[in-house]
Amino acid sequence: MNAELLSRLQFALTASFHFIYPPLSMGLGLMLVVIGIIYVRTKDPKWRRLSFFWVKVYGLIFAIGVATGVVMEFEFGTNWANYSRFVGNIFGSLLAAEGVFAFFLEGGFLGLMLFGGNRLGPRMWLGATFMVVFGAHFSALWIIMANSWMQTPAGYTVQTLPAPARAYMTTFLEVVFTPSFIQRLLHTLGASWTVGSALLLSVSAWYLLRKREVELAQANFKVALPFFVVFSIVNVVFFGAEQAVGVTNYQPVKLASLEGLWESQSCAPIYLFGWVDEAAQTTTGLRIPCVLSFLAYRDFNATVTGLDAFPPAAYPPINLVFQAYHVMINLGMFYILVGLLGAGLFFWKRKIFELRWALWLFVITVFLTLVSTIAGWWTAEVGRQPWIVYGLLPTTLAVSPTLTTTDVAISMVMFLVLYTGLLFVFLFLLNHKIQDGPDPLSEVETTPVSSLPDTFRDIFRRRGARA
Amino acid sequence: MTLNDIWFILFVIIIAGYLILDGFDMGVGILHPFVAKTDMERRVLLNSIGPVWDGNEVWLILGGGVLFAAFPLVYASLFSGFYLAMMAVLLVMILRTVAIEVRSKRESPRWRSAWDTIFGLSSLGLALLLGVAFGNVISGVALDARGNINMTLFDLLTPFALLVGVTTVAMFAMHGAIFLTMKTEGELNTRLRKIIPALTAVFYALNTLAVLAVVAFRSDITQRYLTLVWPIIFPALALVALIVSWYLRRKGQDFWSFVASSAMIALLLFSGAISMFPNLLVSTINPQFNLTIYNASSADNTLTVMLVIALIGMPLVLLYTTGVYYFFRGKVVVEPKSY
Repeated sequence: MNAELLSRLQFALTASFHFIYPPLSMGLGLMLVVIGIIYVRTKDPKWRRLSFFWVKVYGLIFAIGVATGVVMEFEFGTNWANYSRFVGNIFGSLLAAEGVFAFFLEGGFLGLMLFGGNRLGPRMWLGATFMVVFGAHFSALWIIMANSWMQTPAGYTVQTLPAPARAYMTTFLEVVFTPSFIQRLLHTLGASWTVGSALLLSVSAWYLLRKREVELAQANFKVALPFFVVFSIVNVVFFGAEQAVGVTNYQPVKLASLEGLWESQSCAPIYLFGWVDEAAQTTTGLRIPCVLSFLAYRDFNATVTGLDAFPPAAYPPINLVFQAYHVMINLGMFYILVGLLGAGLFFWKRKIFELRWALWLFVITVFLTLVSTIAGWWTAEVGRQPWIVYGLLPTTLAVSPTLTTTDVAISMVMFLVLYTGLLFVFLFLLNHKIQDGPDPLSEVETTPVSSLPDTFRDIFRRRGARA
Repeated sequence: MTLNDIWFILFVIIIAGYLILDGFDMGVGILHPFVAKTDMERRVLLNSIGPVWDGNEVWLILGGGVLFAAFPLVYASLFSGFYLAMMAVLLVMILRTVAIEVRSKRESPRWRSAWDTIFGLSSLGLALLLGVAFGNVISGVALDARGNINMTLFDLLTPFALLVGVTTVAMFAMHGAIFLTMKTEGELNTRLRKIIPALTAVFYALNTLAVLAVVAFRSDITQRYLTLVWPIIFPALALVALIVSWYLRRKGQDFWSFVASSAMIALLLFSGAISMFPNLLVSTINPQFNLTIYNASSADNTLTVMLVIALIGMPLVLLYTTGVYYFFRGKVVVEPKSY
């Protein structure tokens, strides 16, 4: 173990743990906006109860997301100082833009969203919620942009003198729109929306299993189901498949690693599952011929470049990439089945609300969606190795020169203990909120809806009158 | 004025924004175990910062991002050089977040008092660590020719840095108490008003000691003030702001007293910043190794792009931050589902 390997493990730990929360908050946020719109249009109080309930859950997810997100921003400097020196001109400015444009939008309006139910009319409350959710998506845009530059750098020039070597921006637009940016953004958003709709389905299914709040849970389930069906299909069939083409064009070693393809061949296979033996350079498992050629080139007979075309020094940890990718893709397929099954059982005389095994399936799906988003992130990031900036800066040269193994060992232990505790606290509180259930409106509403300010003019007039 | 100068000023303003805003959050946390006697009083304190603390913390994230973008060599040297101290900062920030979130989620008094202690200690720890870091930046660090800081955690804990750390704790406690006079009512409010003079006196004494230490040991900073003269306006105005804050509090103008206290924090930071300019990190090994706003910065095109981003974004940020504070102004009302 050296400082570099430990730093990589620590970054993997802190990024994976952080990445539980942003997809949840983006996906749940989108559903909150949908529920808010339905309430504003129908004025049916059950949607207002659901808003109060899900906003509580959102607050918890957001708080832990922020706390673990600060860690990420500091870690570039603490553990990857040479990387920071190299990319400051480009990566740093995208991170700062995320702060200016997105974090303040979220952080500023969050208070109004969490505490606004009793202070703002439904439309203004929905407006505040929209701003927070928009901020969360905007934040994803900047961070995926920055990360995509690490995957497919463009619009830069490198100067080695004066030391240290640094990348300089040549064209801002090329830095922003690197070849992988839009497709990676769409894929991440699609995954986040799947996670969010799965969360609603899971909690609704749980209430239905417990025969609690049946009417509310059915309504909630009915709203989330079409979103889940559409997002799960779109994210695999369109956004995911689009990624395969991008990776083929810009990161051929990663593509070969995804399916453990050792020899260049036409009619290249994919595996449903398998194992890569990196020492023997073989891949075994259940395979379907020609599909990889199709995914990469939209042609079953196309030749896909294998790992034999590259020196072993250019390989990522191939089996790890292979396994992470297959966890992601198999679960992605599984969601399509779950969604279609749910839709089928819904249209078949609403059977879904009675079949316990089907409801249990939806209860567990949200946990799987989090596993697959993290697996997807591992596929992208481990597949980028041995580079920290693809083709430009090797990970070995990026670590902080002053870092000792003891330093990172101490912080690694700290994060392990802290994040284990944090996960426990998160699950404890989340369970607490779900067991508590949606409160009756009479308990949460301190002021009747009709007397709450619902336009900008109302807010200033009434607040003015009170003060 | 070059782009580098502009970004130095903007960076200092962002850090001032963070110290003012998260400063009162930390102050509330530091005071929380001592000032609030009953459970309801503690909840009032928590909810005084409830709707805003998350947004306030964003200023630190922005500060980190701007340092990374505008002066990446400083970001890299400082954060990696202060490694374990930075990890401690992250630890207390996470603990503070968790404490605020979970404290009122259970009725058990032992549960609540345990999280109250964690909230108090993590707020205190964050203030202390930020002060110690600032003390080290002022007194200089063992920065070598390659921009590496070769110091252990214990090297950072010099008497001067600890003095600045304790001063920061006292400053935020005072600032937090002044903030709370706007947010509380009744007996709690009276109790808070009574401790402000003592907190102010402690802060003033510690701050004077810290200034004397700078005058005694950092002749180059003293020299700068003596030759340029005009920068003296910053510490002088800081003193004026402190007196004005005191006076306005006595007159019952709590909001304006808080504004004056905020101005004082900004002016103290400006006093430190002007004494550093154009250095961002001073090397105790060789002045030639200093990282300045010129040799540690990003290229002009990056700084220009960033300036455009800041000019579009920051007015919006100020607009809705002000809006949210305006909306939540006045005394705290604790609801069943609040913190």
